[in-house]
Amino acid sequence: MTRSFQTHEAPHMPPQTTVAMVMLRVLYALAPGVVAYAWFFGPGILIQIVLAIFFALLFESLMLRWRNRPLKLFITDYSAVVTAVLFALCIPPLAPWWISCIAMLFAIVFAKHLYGGLGQNIFNPAMVAYVVVLISFPQVMTAWLPPLSLAENSLDLADSLMTIFTGQVPLAGGWDAITQATPLDTLKTGADSGRMVSEIRDLSIFGDYGGVGWEWIANWFALGGFFLLFKRVINWHVPVSLIGTVILLSLPFWLADPDNNPFPLQQVFSGAIVLVAFFIATDPVSGCVSNKGRLIFGAGVGIITLIIRRWGGYPDGVAFAVLLMNMAAPLIDRYTRPRIYGE
Amino acid sequence: MTHATPDELAREAGKRTHHFHGGLRLRHNKKISCQDPVERPPLPEILIVPLLQHAGDIAEPFVNVGDHVLKGQTIGQYQSCAAIHSPVSGRVEAIEDRLMSHPSGQHGPCVVIRPDGKEQWIDLKPVIDWPDAKPEKLIEKMRDCGLAGLGGAVFPTHTKTRNGLDRNIHTLILNGAECEPYISCDEMLMREHPEKIILGARILRRALGAERVVIGIEDQMGAVQEALTRAADKAECKSVSVVKVTTIYPEGGERQLIQVLTGLEVPADGRPADLGMVCQNVATAAAVADAVAEGKPLIERYVTVSGNGISHPRNLLALLGTSFSHLVEHCGGYTDDVVRLIVGGPIMGYPVASDSAPVVKASNCILALTEQDTAVPQPEMPCIRCGECARVCPAILLPQQLHLQIKNGLWNELEEYGLSACIECGCCDLVCPSHIPLVEWFRWGKGQQTQRSLESSATDQARKRFTDREQRLLRIKQQRAEKMSRRKQMLKDKATQQESIRAAIERAEKKSHIQRDTADDT
Amino acid sequence: MLISTIVITLLGLAFGLGLGWAAIRFRITSDPLVDRIDALLPQTQCAQCGYPGCRPYAEAISKEEADINQCPPGGEATIRTLADLLGREPKPLNSENGEEKPKTLVVIDEQRCIGCTLCIQACPVDAIVGAAKLMHTVIESECTGCNLCLPPCPVDCIDIVDIETDILHWRSPRPDAGIIKVVMQ
Repeated sequence: MTRSFQTHEAPHMPPQTTVAMVMLRVLYALAPGVVAYAWFFGPGILIQIVLAIFFALLFESLMLRWRNRPLKLFITDYSAVVTAVLFALCIPPLAPWWISCIAMLFAIVFAKHLYGGLGQNIFNPAMVAYVVVLISFPQVMTAWLPPLSLAENSLDLADSLMTIFTGQVPLAGGWDAITQATPLDTLKTGADSGRMVSEIRDLSIFGDYGGVGWEWIANWFALGGFFLLFKRVINWHVPVSLIGTVILLSLPFWLADPDNNPFPLQQVFSGAIVLVAFFIATDPVSGCVSNKGRLIFGAGVGIITLIIRRWGGYPDGVAFAVLLMNMAAPLIDRYTRPRIYGE
Repeated sequence: MTHATPDELAREAGKRTHHFHGGLRLRHNKKISCQDPVERPPLPEILIVPLLQHAGDIAEPFVNVGDHVLKGQTIGQYQSCAAIHSPVSGRVEAIEDRLMSHPSGQHGPCVVIRPDGKEQWIDLKPVIDWPDAKPEKLIEKMRDCGLAGLGGAVFPTHTKTRNGLDRNIHTLILNGAECEPYISCDEMLMREHPEKIILGARILRRALGAERVVIGIEDQMGAVQEALTRAADKAECKSVSVVKVTTIYPEGGERQLIQVLTGLEVPADGRPADLGMVCQNVATAAAVADAVAEGKPLIERYVTVSGNGISHPRNLLALLGTSFSHLVEHCGGYTDDVVRLIVGGPIMGYPVASDSAPVVKASNCILALTEQDTAVPQPEMPCIRCGECARVCPAILLPQQLHLQIKNGLWNELEEYGLSACIECGCCDLVCPSHIPLVEWFRWGKGQQTQRSLESSATDQARKRFTDREQRLLRIKQQRAEKMSRRKQMLKDKATQQESIRAAIERAEKKSHIQRDTADDT
Repeated sequence: MLISTIVITLLGLAFGLGLGWAAIRFRITSDPLVDRIDALLPQTQCAQCGYPGCRPYAEAISKEEADINQCPPGGEATIRTLADLLGREPKPLNSENGEEKPKTLVVIDEQRCIGCTLCIQACPVDAIVGAAKLMHTVIESECTGCNLCLPPCPVDCIDIVDIETDILHWRSPRPDAGIIKVVMQ
C-alpha cells in the first residue's frame, strides 16, 4: 500500500530564527542604554522614541502599500522600529515632534524603500535621517540638555510633552534656561579658544572619562553590545576596530601634547562612539560583507570621526563618518573577498 | 622550526585533529534509530531495480522480460561502468519506466523482478588470494560486483581506485563520520560488522598500494571505536587507526574530513588524490569485503528509517529495489501527522512524491517528517545581509553574495566567488533568518552555469556555420558571375565567336559519333 | 582677479592635456558595436526579426534601423542584455515578429523524403546532410530550430520535435522568488 507525499524544496527542517527575532534582540540590547538615558536626562528621550517609532511605522506602511508588498510581514519584522530607536537616541531629548517626522520620512522612504526595501539600502537609514535634520535644522538639533544632576531647571513628563509638541519651553527664560552645550561641544569651543584640556575637564559636566551621565549611558550601550556579540547578532570586528582605532590614533596625540588633546578613553566615551560601534556601524546591510572588510570599515569610521572632531566644524562627526564609509563599503568588499577553501 | 610540507602533513593524517571553517552543532536524533539491532525485512513481493544507479549513464539491460534470474546475476551495465545485479532470484516481470529515487522526481527505466522466494545465488567467484592478487584484478572485481560509493555520491569504486593507482596514494581514509542528523546506518554497520570494514580496508589498501588506513568517526561514537579497534587487533592489522573527530556538521564531508585529519585543504579544482589520499565510506569498504572475499555483488545495504513520522524508527538491511513503503511497514508504519518523505538526511536529502520509490545504492536513509518538523515560522524574506551564512560556510564562501549574483544573473562574478566550490551542505540554509533556500539557489545557479557554457559553445558553432555558409554562397556567386562575364567577353569578339561555334559543333558531332559507335558495339 | 583667471585657465589646460594623454595611454580596444550586439543574439538564424540572419540584424541594430525587441528566440533575456549594452529601455517582445518559445529541433522523416535538396539549400547553418536524389538528414547537434527548412519541403516530411530533457540532463529548478509568492497570495 503506497502513499503519496507533497514535495517541497530544502531545507526540510527550517531554521527557527527569524528576522523579527534578530531585530528584537537589537531592541533588547538597546533597552539598558535607553533606561540609563532617561535616568540621567529625563523623560524626553522616551517621548522621542515613541514619536520616531510612530512615524517610522506610518511611513513604512505607506511605502509597503504603494509598492504592493505584504504589509503585516514587513511591519512585524521590527526593522523600522530599530531604525527609529537608533535615530531617537541621536537627537536632543526635547527636539520638536516634526523633526522625527521629517527624519523618518528620509530614513524610511528615501534611504530604505527607494533603494529597494529591507536589505537593500546602501546608507544607514538612521544616519541619513540624522544628518539631514542636523544640516537642515541646526538650531533645534543643538539644543542639548545637561544631566539632571547638574541642571538648574529640568522638565518633567508633562512639560517635556508640551515642549516637544509646541516648541515652547514652559519656563521663564525659554530654551536658554534649560539647554547647555554637550561635553564634546564644550571641549571644542574650549580648545578653539586656547584653553588646556585639563582646564576644560575641571568643568562640572565632565565625569571620569566623558561627560557626566553620557559615559554611563555609553557603558550600558556597551553592555547591550556584548549581549549582541554573545548572541551572535553582530561580529566583533567592527566594534573592536572602531574603538581600537579611536584609542590607537588619539594615543600618540595625547602622549605628545596632553594639554591640547583629550586622552583616548575620553574620546571613546564621548559622543556616540560606543553606540555607533555596537549598533550603527554594525548594520550588516550598509556595511561590509567579509570580516577583513569589517575591520577596515570600523577603522575608517574611527579615523574619519577623529578627524572631524579635531579639525571639522561639528563637535561629533561619527554620523558623517558612517555615511562616508557606507559609500566605500562596496569597494572594500571587492578587495577583501576571503580566500575560498582550496584556493 | 621547519614547516612540514603538504606531503609530510598528509602522511601524518589522524595524529592530531584540526578544525575546518564554520560548521554547525546540530541535534543528532540518531539514538532513536539505534535502539534495535539491524534486521532484514521480509522478502517484498516485487522489486524495482532502476537502471540508473551511479554517476554516469543509464545501464543497458542484459535481461529480457520473462527471464529467470538468480540472486546476484548481472542484469545491466553501461559500457564498462559498475554493473547492476538482481537482488533476488526470480522472474523479470517488466522493463519499463517507473518512479525512481532521484531528485528530479522523474520516472526512469527499471527492471521489475518478482522473487520466487528460493533466494538462489549465482556461482560466487571470490578472489580468495586477494592479499597476493594484482590490484587490477581487485579493481575488476569491484566493477563486476557493482560497487559504488555508499555515502551518497555513488561514484563507482573501481574508477576511484583505478585513478588512485596512478597517483601514489599513501593513505586510505575511511569515512565513518556520518554527520547528518537522523542517519545512523554507518554507525550500526560499524557496531555490528566491524570486521567487514577492517577486511574491506585491508583489501582497498592492497588495491591502492597505500601504506596506512585511517578511519574517521564522530567523537560521540564511543562503542564504535572500541569495536573497530578490537576487530583491527583481531585481524592483526597494524596499519589501521581509528580517529575520533569533533562532531560539527558537516565533518563527514570528504574535504572537511581531510582538513580535520591533516590540516590540509584539498585544492579547489583537484581531488584528495592530489594529496596522496583516497576517501571511501565505511559501508563501501564493507561492500568491498563482501565482493572480493565472498564474491557477493552489491545487492543490499543498510538503510535508516527514521524521523518523527515513523512509529518505530530503526535501521534495516534492505535489498536494492525494495520499495520504501515496504520498509516503513516493517517499522510500524507512519504516524498520523507525517507530511513529507525525504530520501537522505533533513539537510541534503531530497523529497520523494510516493513511497513506491525503490531503495537504490545511494539510499542511506528514509526520513518521514511531521507537520511540526517542517513548519516554517516565517515566509521567505529579503536577505538582511546579516552574514551568518558566511560565518558557518565550511567552504569559506560568501553565500549572501552568491545568492545576490545568481538572482541577478551576474554569471561572471560567480566564477570568481567560487560557486563551484560549494558542497551544498546546507549550513547556510540552517542559519538564515530570512529563510532563503540558499542551497536550492546554488543548485540552480550551478545548473545555469553549465547550461550557459554548453549554450555558448553551441551558439559559437552556429554563428561559425552561418558565416561559413554565407561565404561559400558568396564565393559560388562570384565564381559564377566571373564565368559568365568571361563567356560574354568571348562571345563579343567576332573572331573567337566563330571559332567557339565551330568548336561546339565539332564537340557535338564527336559525342554523337561515340554514341553511335557504342550503340553499334552493343 | 586677473591672477585667478590665469590660474584657472592654466589648470584647465593642464587637466585637459592630462585627460588627453590618459585617453590615448589607457585606451581600451573593444569590439566594434556590431560584434558586441551579435555576441548577444542567440544565433538561431531564423529570420523572424525580418533580417536574413543574426548578423544582418545586429548590423541593423547598430545602424539604428531595427529595434531591439524583434528577436523571438532570444526573448526577454536578450532584449534586456541588448538594452543594457546600448543604454536603451528594455521593451516587450514585438508580437509581430513571433512568440518566445523554447528551442525545438527538426527531424526528417526518411520514409517520405524524396531527395530534392530544397531543405539543404534553405538551412542557414548547413545542418542538413544529403545530396540530390539521396537521403537527407538533420544533424541534431547543429540544428538551431529556425524552421526555415519546413516551407520549401514539397512533401512536408520535416517534423518539429521538442528537445528531450532526459533524466541525465535534468537540472535543479529555479526556486520561486519568495516575495512574489507572498504577494501573489
